[in-house]
Amino acid sequence: MAINKTALAKQFSEAIPHAKGFGMWLDDIGQGTAEMEMPYNEKFIGDPATGVIHGGAVFALLDGCCGAAVMSHPDQKGLTATIDLRVDYMRPATPGQNIRAKATCYNVTRNVAFVRAVALDDNDDKPVATAAGAFVTGA
Amino acid sequence: MATKRPEPVQVVKQRRDAALAALLASIPYIQFLGIQFDRRGDELTAVMPYHEKLVGNPMLPALHGGATAAFLEVAAVIELGWTGLWKSVETGTLTPEAIAQGDLIKIPKTIDFSVDYLRSGLPRDAYARARVNRSGRRYASVYVEAWQDNRSRIFAQATGHFLMPDSDVKA
Repeated sequence: MAINKTALAKQFSEAIPHAKGFGMWLDDIGQGTAEMEMPYNEKFIGDPATGVIHGGAVFALLDGCCGAAVMSHPDQKGLTATIDLRVDYMRPATPGQNIRAKATCYNVTRNVAFVRAVALDDNDDKPVATAAGAFVTGA
Repeated sequence: MATKRPEPVQVVKQRRDAALAALLASIPYIQFLGIQFDRRGDELTAVMPYHEKLVGNPMLPALHGGATAAFLEVAAVIELGWTGLWKSVETGTLTPEAIAQGDLIKIPKTIDFSVDYLRSGLPRDAYARARVNRSGRRYASVYVEAWQDNRSRIFAQATGHFLMPDSDVKA
């Protein structure tokens, strides 16, 4: 059962056209946790003066990763949808480096799943961004 | 002693459009998502034409939450940049030639962005309008809402805080 769900989350995340457009992939999936990664791409630049990628691209990665974490939770049945997501941008991502996201679904109720996530580049100690959101359960 | 004659409309329009185009061209991510802007005077409407690469759930199909968020954030940043640019465009301090030279436009940096997903995004064109609710020397607070077929049925809304470019002090 757990294996099926893992396969489902992986398949779903990689079948998403928008995730494909970003070249995103799933690094790891657990019981309510997920890790996703996105390569640096000049098309995602938000500020050409510095080469830093746009916050919207980081947002998309965090949203996808949070969704995968929800789907991997043992209490979650099937797919999910974002209710709200807040992203705090701590510092600019270093140009040229991949962005990794780590999400944890820390509580699931009958209707809502609560998720936290961080986005990192090659520096593990200082996050690029953090996220907190609510997702639909059993959608 | 006659008052100064108003400029011909096409001169004004050309200058405004050039300023907007320069602002948009400065962000590659806008081109990646295919976002365009409609200008009526100083009012901007962001338009994100439907494209397959924006889909998040292929079974419904629905727009990806990340695409929606990015669309809202682009609409908010451009509105903020445009509001800041407007005065110098109108007074003529910023000429089309100067704009073409580039390097004059500084983009505000997002501090945080919070999105409410009210309905699933349909496989249709999406529109957004942003409102700068507070614009100080250092920070700005911007509200933005997006809709598709019906203006009154908002499918996503967001609030973001931005660091103004001139106050950009190195930490």
